[in-house]
Amino acid sequence: MQKNRQSCRGKQVADSAIDPVDRQIILATQAGLPLVEQPYDALAAELGLDVGELLARIKAMQARGVIRRIAAVPNHYALGYRANGMSVWNVPDERVRALGRQVGALDFVSHCYLRPRHLPLWPYNLFAMVHGKTHEQVADGVGAIAVLLGEHCRGHEVLYSTRILKKTGLRIKVD
Amino acid sequence: MRRQPWACRPGGVHMDDIDRRLINRLQDGLSVERRPFDAIAHELGLEVAAVLERTQYLLDAGTLSRFGPMFNAEQLGGALSLCAMEVPGDRFEQVAGQVNAHPEVAHNYARDHRLNMWFVIATEQVEQAADVVAAIERETGCKVYDMPKQEEFYIGLKLAV
Repeated sequence: MQKNRQSCRGKQVADSAIDPVDRQIILATQAGLPLVEQPYDALAAELGLDVGELLARIKAMQARGVIRRIAAVPNHYALGYRANGMSVWNVPDERVRALGRQVGALDFVSHCYLRPRHLPLWPYNLFAMVHGKTHEQVADGVGAIAVLLGEHCRGHEVLYSTRILKKTGLRIKVD
Repeated sequence: MRRQPWACRPGGVHMDDIDRRLINRLQDGLSVERRPFDAIAHELGLEVAAVLERTQYLLDAGTLSRFGPMFNAEQLGGALSLCAMEVPGDRFEQVAGQVNAHPEVAHNYARDHRLNMWFVIATEQVEQAADVVAAIERETGCKVYDMPKQEEFYIGLKLAV
């Protein structure tokens, strides 16, 4: 176990947000955390780390934003949220940050981003993914965003997905 | 204390009120401590073993797709970009195959718009994303509208069940 950590140190990369030990922790938890009463003890044993160090590293990664939170990710479809629409909005640049935060706070919005326009084809800079159990619920959500943006909305569209062509989880490679 | 086996229905998995509260609570996030499930068990009035058993079942049944740390790709030094293309209808399947063949393409959706193919490129190094975009344009002959996020206002849905 000690040997494992030694070999990690040899690959230290400058300017990286994570060091090799953090990387080992990420690789070991990509598929999830062990569902036992003391999951970090189990993980620490697997990695050959002291559980105190493991907890400190995970907390530090959370503080740096590498880890958003330790949580369950629901399967939208299994929970009946079968409808989703990517709503896109043309909002004045000087207003978009303040309004984006308000849109992102709506509970039916899963992702809310500022993105570059591609004029003239694509005038939209604010993206908000809206989820619902039905198309009507999604439409209601889009309507609520339109009300929130009010006069600052210069145009919008909703793009519904018609087919999933590929879906894989976010993974970092083992090297 | 052991709960009854779950009744599976064609429409999905049966959930009781405790499961719904558990799913809602697990989406909020757990504090990082040695016994992270104790607080949830206390809040829901369950034994820790019951919390673990129910969560395992929800994972096995596919109601939850994952439980654990949620990572932020950008903070790992990588890049995540949303890209869109206008693909001629008669070449759609061929182009989808060409795009999907890149391991960096994590998701790809057909959407009802003139820009009819939307995919996410995830790379461990920021510079690699531009190489993938260039390769896709070369292979498909279609312009890639690259829309990297400039700011994130929120990520993570709270699905009330």
